[in-house]
Amino acid sequence: MDLRRDVFQAIADPTRRAIITLLALQAMTPTAIAENFSSSRQTISKHIQILTECELLTQEQNGREIYYHFNPKKMKEIADFIEPFRNMWDDRFNKLETIMKKYKSKK
Amino acid sequence: MERKTKVHAEEGKHDVVITREFDLPVELLFKAHMEPEIFEQWMTHDYGTVKVLKFENKKHGGWQFQNADPNGNVVFRANGVFHEVIPNQKIIRTFEMEGSPLEVQLEFLEFEKLTDDTSRLRMHSIYRTPELRDQLLKQPFAAGLNMAHNRLQNVLSKLK
Repeated sequence: MDLRRDVFQAIADPTRRAIITLLALQAMTPTAIAENFSSSRQTISKHIQILTECELLTQEQNGREIYYHFNPKKMKEIADFIEPFRNMWDDRFNKLETIMKKYKSKK
Repeated sequence: MERKTKVHAEEGKHDVVITREFDLPVELLFKAHMEPEIFEQWMTHDYGTVKVLKFENKKHGGWQFQNADPNGNVVFRANGVFHEVIPNQKIIRTFEMEGSPLEVQLEFLEFEKLTDDTSRLRMHSIYRTPELRDQLLKQPFAAGLNMAHNRLQNVLSKLK
């Protein structure tokens, strides 16, 4: 099976999105992250592993503990990729709205 | 301007959902998708001028438009078939770029009345593979790069 490890796969999962949201606020240990979820510690570890492989998280060794940090640069890659497509449709729909508003007032 | 258009595209999936709310009655939103003269006006954008060549806006009807660059050169033609047209509610149609490796996509457009003066459009496009979808998503990005490149060349050539 072709396991694609990239940012799009990483954010496809709601738990992983929640982990990103947590870590965007502060760096945390795996134990502290897992405490926020009802899923098993192993499940959360797997999510953290995927996020790390996609470079959305970075590890930092602090004494005996590992802290995970959020890497905002990777998040921007997603926005950069979708944004022009979204912009194109946004332009079109803005235009549609303007045209039809005029159309309405003509009647 | 407020950004109201949302694009939802999950990695590894072969579909895209575009949603948008309009300050328009659902009847006018639908009409904009059914009248070729109106359709070509709002589909036209920085990347090209849209001209409708064929528009049989009914079940089993065909459509075709072309997209030309600012110099009038035809960049591509696209065509498809209306599979379902339910006024003010739903359009199911196919979309295919002619002479492109992108293959045909299936589009479900759902029109929803929110209030007398507002409405929502949900456009769900389905591609054969996730790779084909990603190629299509990247098109405006690539076109934008090309445009930036062309503008740069224009500026540079004027400097000579």
